[in-house]
Amino acid sequence: MSDEEDDIVLSELNDDELVQQMFDDLYDGLKEEIEEGVTILLERGWEPYDILTKALVGGMTIVGHDFRDGILFVPEVLLAANAMKGGMAILKPLLAETGAPRVGKMVIGTVKGDIHDIGKNLVSMMMEGAGFEVVDLGINNAVESYLEAIEREDADILGMSALLTTTMPYMKVVIDAMVEKGIRDNYTVLVGGAPLNEEFGRAIGADAYCRDAAVAVETAKQFMARKHNQLAAG
Amino acid sequence: MATSLSTLLRDRDWLLADGATGTILFNMGLQSGDAPELWNETEPDKVRALYRGSVEAGSDLFLTNTFGGNAARLKLHDAGHRAGELSRMGAEIAREIADAAGRPVVVAGSMGPTGEIMAPMGPLTHEAAVEIFHQQAEGLKAGGADVLWVETISAPEELKAAGEAARLADMPWCVTMSFDTAGRTMMGTTSADLSRLVVRLPHPPLAYGANCGVGAADLIRTVMGFTGSLPVIAKGNAGIPKYHDGHIHYDGTPELMARYATLARDAGATIIGGCCGTTPEHLRAMRAALESTPRGPIPDLADVTEALGGFSSDSDGTDGRGPTRERRSRRRARE
Repeated sequence: MSDEEDDIVLSELNDDELVQQMFDDLYDGLKEEIEEGVTILLERGWEPYDILTKALVGGMTIVGHDFRDGILFVPEVLLAANAMKGGMAILKPLLAETGAPRVGKMVIGTVKGDIHDIGKNLVSMMMEGAGFEVVDLGINNAVESYLEAIEREDADILGMSALLTTTMPYMKVVIDAMVEKGIRDNYTVLVGGAPLNEEFGRAIGADAYCRDAAVAVETAKQFMARKHNQLAAG
Repeated sequence: MATSLSTLLRDRDWLLADGATGTILFNMGLQSGDAPELWNETEPDKVRALYRGSVEAGSDLFLTNTFGGNAARLKLHDAGHRAGELSRMGAEIAREIADAAGRPVVVAGSMGPTGEIMAPMGPLTHEAAVEIFHQQAEGLKAGGADVLWVETISAPEELKAAGEAARLADMPWCVTMSFDTAGRTMMGTTSADLSRLVVRLPHPPLAYGANCGVGAADLIRTVMGFTGSLPVIAKGNAGIPKYHDGHIHYDGTPELMARYATLARDAGATIIGGCCGTTPEHLRAMRAALESTPRGPIPDLADVTEALGGFSSDSDGTDGRGPTRERRSRRRARE
């Protein structure tokens, strides 16, 4: 087999083939190829929003499923997210110009006392990969920091992460404060972290526990769809 | 007075390690978010009580309170510059307790992960990681640790950096990874991968294995996946954390951990201990079980689930039964 036979020229592919190839290139974390693919689709007159949802988010969904299923692991996901980021950098200003609909906005951070942030960073990257806007509050967040941020950012979703069994209960403190202020139902609250489980999520009054970053994305999409349906019905 | 782990490994066919550090310190009043390593200076009596708990329960080896005692972790508590010093203090207190035990007890200088992702995926270079680990290793050595104990590692690159630090410090070392994601580490390393990795290192560890992770059953499956002749370490969690009335407790009973200990030995482990949730009460039950139970045959996976509960995933990536994805024709690998 010669090199020529395997060389793929993106601009020679039709739209369907190109999108398929972009799925593959995202899967393999090829940033330059993704940037090239995005540019070609723009030149062909694709709406930025369609490129985001059909090519990039579509490809990252496959990455997410394979991460969830134990086929891909953190290094591959980091590479894919990095490639996605390359494409997003081109699309972001155009999305704002064209007034594209918003997928959703999430405020995320590890809870007070918890400084372990690899899991939270993965969720941020995968959420951005799915087209969400993410406001990352970093580590060690107190109640006030979460409450101030979700209001300021007009967020749809609050994500809290904890890696320590000793810091998990703080999530309930935050949710209780939201209930007390009468704003709990304005937001979807997702929680995650190695020692958590569904039972814990229910016990503290979160909307859902997310086992990993891929599940977080799927869950966030479901809640956003529900929210849109409610708005449409109301 | 130093205790040699390699001598103990030669003379005994199993060794009891210790249990949890964090769980016990929190029960003594450590506040979540505070660095446990600071207690080596400010609360030495509580650290003594932690160590003594393991020794009195029968541990042949216990870990120092220095898991997060590296510059990358301590800088989050504005104590990054004190990594060597706080590690030394943790080892000094441990040496004192081990020497008072009246039997050979090994002081294992705990070295946890940096918490950062290594290059090229993340910001931490190999050289920087080696320097961080080496600094801690020298502190542990100065405090009298018998062996360095690198634990809860996810990335092979980070393991290599820690191994190089042990070589630079001229110290024997052991290493365990945390297999918490579909039977592999977060970075995708399988038990068999780790077996292949450790023997290729220029300064191989005395023993290697698994710690923390998901539950006791998963940990035994991981032990069964190791290959080769180096002694194997099993340090599993005491069950799974449950939330109850504002507090977290692990659901693994001393009886379950006793069963886990003998299964771990039957599965091929030589150094057996616990991790999160494992108290001296658990350790006593484990010691009694290891002493009173004759060795059994290598268990099969059905024995493990029957004794300890189900696995967190169908495959651990070593049996060729793991999930895969069909790929279309792919680009050639980039030059």
